[in-house]
Amino acid sequence: MTAKQQVERLLALVPYLREREGVRLEDVANDFGVAQKQIQADLNVLWFCGLPGAMPGDLIEVDMEALEGEGVVHIDNTDFLDRPVRLDAHEALALTMALKTLRDVAGSNEREAIDRALAKLEAASGDALATADQVELRVDAADQKVVDTVNDALRHQRRLRLSYFVPARDETTEREVDPMRLVVAEGHSYLECWCYRADDVRLFRLDRISAATELDTPADPPEHAHPRDLSAGLFQPSADDMLATVDLDPHATWVADYYPHENIEERPGGGLRMRLRVSDPQWLVRLVLRLGGHAEVVIPTEIAAEVHEQATKALQAYEG
Amino acid sequence: MAAARKSERLMNLVICLLVARTYVGKEKIREVVEGYRDQSDEAFERMFERDKEELRELNIPIEIGHVERAFEDEPGYRIRRDAFELPEIRLEPDEAAVVGVAARVWQHASLAEATSGALLKLRAGGVDVDSRALAVIEPHLAAQEPSFAPVWDAVVTRTPVTFGYRRPGGQEAQRVLEPWGIVSWHGHWYAVGFDRDREAPRVFRLSRITDEARPAGKAGEYDVPPGTDIRKLTANLAPADPTGVATMLVRVGAGLALRRGADTVEPTGEGWDRISTAYSRLDGFADMVVAHGPDVVVEDPAELREAVVVRLRGLVKGGAA
Repeated sequence: MTAKQQVERLLALVPYLREREGVRLEDVANDFGVAQKQIQADLNVLWFCGLPGAMPGDLIEVDMEALEGEGVVHIDNTDFLDRPVRLDAHEALALTMALKTLRDVAGSNEREAIDRALAKLEAASGDALATADQVELRVDAADQKVVDTVNDALRHQRRLRLSYFVPARDETTEREVDPMRLVVAEGHSYLECWCYRADDVRLFRLDRISAATELDTPADPPEHAHPRDLSAGLFQPSADDMLATVDLDPHATWVADYYPHENIEERPGGGLRMRLRVSDPQWLVRLVLRLGGHAEVVIPTEIAAEVHEQATKALQAYEG
Repeated sequence: MAAARKSERLMNLVICLLVARTYVGKEKIREVVEGYRDQSDEAFERMFERDKEELRELNIPIEIGHVERAFEDEPGYRIRRDAFELPEIRLEPDEAAVVGVAARVWQHASLAEATSGALLKLRAGGVDVDSRALAVIEPHLAAQEPSFAPVWDAVVTRTPVTFGYRRPGGQEAQRVLEPWGIVSWHGHWYAVGFDRDREAPRVFRLSRITDEARPAGKAGEYDVPPGTDIRKLTANLAPADPTGVATMLVRVGAGLALRRGADTVEPTGEGWDRISTAYSRLDGFADMVVAHGPDVVVEDPAELREAVVVRLRGLVKGGAA
């Protein structure tokens, strides 16, 4: 703990305590995210602070008896420090960006509250938010009706029926799910839920849910349905997944930036050889088709053959 | 205890400069702020300079002016209350709830710290931030790129940065950028700004920076041109405005992604629908068509048809990679 960090806290602590006469030490420590002992040490410093000249009546008064006896904080003689320091640019921008992230999964009511809060923060931040438009979060927008229904079902703890688009298979599936939570991670918004079709916990991208209906059935996910630990990364390849090798020419090397892979090797001429785990072979077929000749499946050969067959059939429609 | 003494001194310096009606001279400060008095001239000078610097780092605006009625031209210091204080801010309960969730968003140490710092000041300003509300919403924003923090700082302080940069399949080159903004898209961060060597606006993906971005100039050295629209400059990261309309035959039950954005869908009665849809970039759209294999056949326009055929020939021929 440096003096600078302590002063930063003290400058917030004084107005905080002014607003909350007789607050419990425990609550102060919680709100400031430090140990109670640290707040006690802070109060001991304040005891020596006050108006210049430092005559006894000029100093901040702390009721040490109440602190030690009842564990509550009373301070007095603090009129000269009645407001916290204004937000700096880092704080204002970090908070703004956090609210923009939340906005992406929020229901209409919360969105409205976020917009009001952002306007108030901007008004209170002045110059610190002059750069607010310079940090942006771009998202693939989901249907707000779907987002609202999902938020409502979560709040009411009711089951949902979803129409969910699976691009790898070019199909829309109908599922009943018990919603668990809404997640924004790795640049997309998801509903995490117990899926009765998969009989497992699943993450569904909100922008791929084409319709959602809240059912009357209460949500009742099985006890072993645990939300996943987001710190480990959203999608962990399973050891059961097929291992594929794909060659990328220089036009397709961006793929290595976007998809998790086991390893990567440089090839002469600027290309890459990428090894990756694939849970659905159809996904890889579509990816390689999409790369339009700039990528080639090396292993497994069945997938290479499937790509070739699909491309040949497609070409026949143009060349007869 | 030394740290506690220093905290007292910094606090008393803040209060002294905050309550002063006019600029306070250095000697006066030395006399009234506990902790300066017993120092030698030289030690006091050093201490005072460092203290001012640390307070400025805490966003405390210390103004320099002239002490009135001084015999000489003595500099003085003060803190203007209106520049120091957080203005009055009141949040409704639903606003306080969403602001509370913000505390959980950043998965990056220094940004998470900045957010808690902001929330603490709001609490101190009388806002009851509720950090337990909306527990079933978990919005995370991460930034794993080593250059994220220096580029973010550079955007905030308008400091030019330099870094090694390598496009996939390209050569590494040293770049100098005046960053105007920073954008998150699909979990990746991009810096946009004025590239000094190319003398034009450019977008850089932070994960392609091969070293770590570092300052290449002074804070405030450039201005973001008025009217700069970060969204527009990064528009080709995300779908742009339509530039053409495609007519395609799409097998019934297939091509769902194409059907979602379709303007018209007409059944032809032979297991195919004729779909018309607008696209923004010909190349990207052709890639998407080819991903559908034999389920989609482009009729119009000719240049899209040609782009699809070129891709399919590449796939059939093989060996391109």
